[in-house]
This record gives sequence, C-alpha cells and structure tokens, in this order.
Amino acid sequence: MADLRSPVARVRGLGSAKSGTSHWWHQRVSAVPLILLTIWFAVSLILNAPADQAHVRAWVSSPVTMVMLIMTILFGLWHAALGMQVVIEDYVHHEGAKIGSVLLIKCLAVLLAVAAVVAMFRMAFGG
Amino acid sequence: MAEFALPANSKIRKDGETYKAPAGAQNVKAFKVYRWSPDDGKNPRWDTYEVDLADCGPMVLDALIKIKNEVDSSLTFRRSCREGVCGSCAMNIDGTNTLACTKFIDEVKSDIKIAPLPHMPVIKDLVPDLNVAYAQLASVEPWLKNNTPPPERERLQSPEERAKLDGLWECILCFSCTTSCPSYWWNGERYLGPAVLLQAYRWIVDSRDEATGERLDALEDPFRLYRCHTIMNCTKTCPKSLNPAKAIAEIKKMMVERTV
Repeated sequence: MADLRSPVARVRGLGSAKSGTSHWWHQRVSAVPLILLTIWFAVSLILNAPADQAHVRAWVSSPVTMVMLIMTILFGLWHAALGMQVVIEDYVHHEGAKIGSVLLIKCLAVLLAVAAVVAMFRMAFGG
Repeated sequence: MAEFALPANSKIRKDGETYKAPAGAQNVKAFKVYRWSPDDGKNPRWDTYEVDLADCGPMVLDALIKIKNEVDSSLTFRRSCREGVCGSCAMNIDGTNTLACTKFIDEVKSDIKIAPLPHMPVIKDLVPDLNVAYAQLASVEPWLKNNTPPPERERLQSPEERAKLDGLWECILCFSCTTSCPSYWWNGERYLGPAVLLQAYRWIVDSRDEATGERLDALEDPFRLYRCHTIMNCTKTCPKSLNPAKAIAEIKKMMVERTV
C-alpha cells in the first residue's frame, strides 16, 4: 500500500506510548545484583567444585546456597527477558512477529524460573 | 525482519566512470564518488575523479566543487556556507559522516570514498532525503514554550542556567549523528535519533522554558527515546564535537527522576 501521509503524520504516528522508562530502569537495576550474584556463583563453584550428584545435592540444600541460587536465576531471567525484548524491538519489524516473540520470551523466562525453583526444591526436599 | 542485504535497486553497478587527471598534474588524488540519478532507471555506481591537488583547495568540498565546475557538472551535492556553519554538505567521507567543508583532503591517506549520509533515501548522488528527519525535529517543537506573560525586557537567565545550553546550541542540524546510528537505521520512523533528541534536550534544560514535563511526556516512548543504546556513534562522528549521547542520557535520567 502506498504511504502518502506527510512526513509529519508518519513521524507523529500513534503518539507517545508514555512508557518505556520502567523497562529501561528495571534493566539497569536488575544488572546490579547480578554483578554480585554472578561473582558469588563463579567463586562458589571454583572453591567448591562439585564432585558428584550427592555433593551437588548437599550444596543446593544449604539455605544460603538455595537463596543465592534462586536470586541468581530470578534476576538473571528477568534481566535476560528485558534485554531480549530490546533486541527484538530493534530488529523485528513485522508487528505480529514482534509482539509474538516478546510474549514468547516472557513466557519462556517464567517457565524457566519456575522449573529451576522446582528442581532445586526437589533436590533439597524431594525424594 | 532485520535487513541484511541492500534492496535490489541499491546494489552497486561495477561500471563506474573514471575521469583522469589532466596531463601534467603534479599531485593526483582519486575521489570515488557515489552516483545515482532518479532519471536513468539504473542502479548506483562509483565514479572515480582524479584531481590535481596542486590546483585545488584543501577541503573535500573544494575538490567536489572543482569536479563539478571543471569535470562533471552533473555531480550533485548540497553545500552553502563552506565553513561548517550551515550543515548542508554533510556526507559520508572515508567511512565517516562529516562535513565536506571542514574535512581536510590530506586527512585521508588513500583514495577518498564519498557517499551520501547512510541509510537515507537518496534524491540524487550525494543528496539524501531528510524530510522525515526534519519532520522529527518539528515534532519536538524546538522553540520556547512559556505561559508567563512576557516581561518588559528579555526573559532573564543566570550565567549558570545559560551555561547548560553550551554544547547544545551549537548543533547545526547536519544529521551526521542521526545517520550514523544503527538504531536510527533500523527504526528511523519511530526513533527520533541523536540530532533531534539533542535539540529536544536543548529546550528541556532551557531555564526559560515552562513545558519541560510536556516535552518529557512526548519523548517517553520505547521507540522515540529508548532505542538509544548508548553506542556513541553519534558523539564520535559529530563534526562540531558535540555529545548527543550525553544529551540523550540526561533525558533518560530526567525520566527516572520524575518517577522516583
């Protein structure tokens, strides 16, 4: 379809969304705990390299480890979902594909978060 | 989806012309210039013009004017002030967006490649279509908005308040920065781009302006403002050594400031 709108009409478009600040701010804020959590994760794996499954199970079952691991996963997935949304908005220009993939990323992040927490609870408390 | 290849009608033909330097030329420099005309239905090409620098001014614009005057009058480009004030002769020279009038020929050691500002529709040769960019500038309403009745004399501003406009008022709107920004390339109709956001900030920080909140409202948008990912191409390329990336960062800080 030929676009005969004036440049001003094209630029004004549907107007300002009056949003985007919280997304941008959350992306920055979620990065801060990840710096500390990633260092903790790397250091504890180096100092405490798990030898076998029983060892991993014991490590995950410790309350401190479990809290830190859950925080790492939740902050990591939150930050990743926000970041992936930015990438998709940059590069995907088909409206349907864009909205679909942003929703898919968010669902995937929730799914992975729940799955990771359930896995850890099973290791710590399950059979 | 993202575009990974040039559109078919933008692919470069291999059969560009070469215009040899006149016999007896002492200091020959080759200028490879992007040529495209809407009239012949053909794809763009690179034409090569050999210029005798012994008989040419020092700037890239001098060479282009010499080529147009003496070799090929069909070569089309914008120029006006020839001293870095009007912003007309912005183009991509040796891979960087800058002003042809303030770019020294001897800054480039090899042949000089000259193309129009990247990723804009081309009107002819080195002349890009800037209509959308100008409309974006108009959309941020770059003028003083004030409801207080005007005083008998000028609206006063302290030296400190005036100093906040330094680094902003000097922008000549050449759009070198905007057309160097990948976010603008991919989302040019929705992202305002560094030049326009710097202009928006110029009015946001003006102490005499009373529409700050309204201006921030208009910019608060995932595309208009937040396509900027601070890669700083804009600041690196600015021929006036301004810092659009910082202006955009200041706008983002104000956006957060009014929510917390």
